[in-house]
Amino acid sequence: MTYRSNLEKCLSEGRFTVTAEIGPPKSADPLKIRDKAILLEGYADAFNVTDNQTAVVRMSSLAGSVILLQLELEPIMQMTCRDRNRIGLQSDVLGATALGVRNILCLTGDHQSFGNHPNAKGVFDVDSIQLLQIIKNMRDQGIFQSGDPLLGGRPCVFLGAAANPYADPFEIQVDRLRKKIDAGAEFVQTQSVYNTEKFSVWMDDVCSQGLDKKVHILAGVTPLKSVKMAERMKFHVPGTDVPDTLYERMRTAADPAKEGYRIALQTIQELKTIKGIHGIHITALFWEEIIPSLVTDSGLLLRK
Amino acid sequence: MIITKQKNFDDILSSIGSKPVFLVGCSQCATLCRTGGKDEVVALKQALEAKNVPVSGWIILEPACHQMNDKRLLKDHKEDLKKAKKILVLACGNGAQTLAGLFPEKEIVAGTDTLFLGEISHINEFNKRCILCGECLIDLYGGRCPIAQCPKSMLNGPCGGASHGKCEITQQLDCVWAHIIQELKKRGTVQTLSTIQAPKDWSKACEMNRRIIRDVSK
Repeated sequence: MTYRSNLEKCLSEGRFTVTAEIGPPKSADPLKIRDKAILLEGYADAFNVTDNQTAVVRMSSLAGSVILLQLELEPIMQMTCRDRNRIGLQSDVLGATALGVRNILCLTGDHQSFGNHPNAKGVFDVDSIQLLQIIKNMRDQGIFQSGDPLLGGRPCVFLGAAANPYADPFEIQVDRLRKKIDAGAEFVQTQSVYNTEKFSVWMDDVCSQGLDKKVHILAGVTPLKSVKMAERMKFHVPGTDVPDTLYERMRTAADPAKEGYRIALQTIQELKTIKGIHGIHITALFWEEIIPSLVTDSGLLLRK
Repeated sequence: MIITKQKNFDDILSSIGSKPVFLVGCSQCATLCRTGGKDEVVALKQALEAKNVPVSGWIILEPACHQMNDKRLLKDHKEDLKKAKKILVLACGNGAQTLAGLFPEKEIVAGTDTLFLGEISHINEFNKRCILCGECLIDLYGGRCPIAQCPKSMLNGPCGGASHGKCEITQQLDCVWAHIIQELKKRGTVQTLSTIQAPKDWSKACEMNRRIIRDVSK
C-alpha cells in the first residue's frame, strides 16, 4: 500500500496519531519557524501550518510548509477561503503539491474583522466544503473548478477538514461533518475539547451513523496556560465549551499553568477511550514548548 | 432604485407547482422596472391560470419592503392568503424576505432576480451606480463611483485595459475612469488623481452593519 503522506499512513495503519500546530511568524524570518520545528521534531506525525490564523497576517502557510519540508518534517498546509478566490486557491494547491506538500486542511477561515486588518475585504468566493470538492476533483478527476482539464500531474494530497462539535446548532454538526466527508475530507481535526462529555455525545452520533469508518477523526487539545486564557476560551472564543468545573480548577489553582497541563493530560486520556477517535491534534497557543512533555506524559511517544 | 429582472416563466411555474398561490407586487422599484407592478402581476396571474395554477389573490404592496405597511395592507386579504400554499413575490430580494418574515408558514417563491442598485437612465435602460459600500467617495471622482462601476473597483485607475473609453471586460461598457478623468478635466481638478488613494475601509460596508436603529432623541 502506498500512502500519499505519513499522516495518511499513521491513520490508515490504525496508530493513535498526533498532529501539532505550528504558527508561522509575523515576519519574513525563517529561523523562527525553524526553531519551533526543531523543538517539536519527533513529537507529532505531522504539523499543521496555519493560514493567517484569526485573520492576522503571518508568513504564508505554503512557505511555512516548505520550510518544514526542508527540515524533513511533514506539514499539513492549512488553506482558508478568506484571502483567495478559486483561482488563487487552485494555483496554490498546484504550487504546494509541486513543492512536496501532501496534506491540505480546508477551512472557510476566521472573518477578517477578528484580525489585525479589520478593514480588509474578505474574499469568501468559495467555502470550506466547496474547496474540499474542488481539490478532490483536481486530484481524482484531473479537472479545475471550471471544468478545464489539468495538463499533466495532478495534486496528490491527503485532504482534511475541521469539525466543531460545540458549534451552534448542535444537532446539525454531524450532518455538516458528513457533508465534508462527501465533499472529500479524509481526515478531520476537531475544535479544542474541554467538555469531554458533550464531545462523547457528538462522537456517539458520529459513530452511530458510521462516519468514523469513513474519515479519520483527530480530537483537538489546547492546554490552558493561564486563568486569563481559560477565561478567554470560556467567555470570548466562539464555539468553545469550557465546563464550569474546569474553569474553577484553573481559577483556584496555585499554579494555573500546571493545572492546565494536568487538565490537558486528563483530556487526552479520556479522548483515547472514546470510540472512533483516531488521534489528537494539539494546538498549544503561545505554548509550543509544552508539546514534547505533553506527548511523552500521555504515552504517545512512539515516534522518537 | 433596486433593479430587478423577472425570472423566466417556466422557472416560476416549476417553483410554484400546482398548489394555490398568492401574488405580491411592489409599488416602487419593481413597478418602475416593470417587473412587479400591477400590469406585470395581472399578466402573470393570467399566465399561471392558463396553466391551471390556482391564484387565490394578489396585491401590490406599498412598498413590499415596508413591514408595517405590508401588515396593514394584507389584512384585507386574509382569506385569499389562507387558501394559498405559496406566495410569489414580484419585488426585490428584500421584499421577498420581508414577506417570508411575515408568513413563516408559507413557502415564499421569488419571482425576480435582484440585480443591482442603479438608475433608470431611459425607459428599459438601467445602470448600476452604487454597491452600498458604507462610505461614499464620489466627491473624489467627479460624482461617479469607481467601486461600483469599474469591474476591478479600482480607486487608483484606470487599468491598462481600457481603450477608446470602453471597458476591457465588454465594449458595451463605458470605462468609468474615462468619464472620471473627463469630468475632473472640465473642473480643472484632474491633478487630484495623482494622490494615492489608500486601501478602502471595507468594515464600513453593509456586510458588517446589518442593522441600523436611528436615534431620534436628538
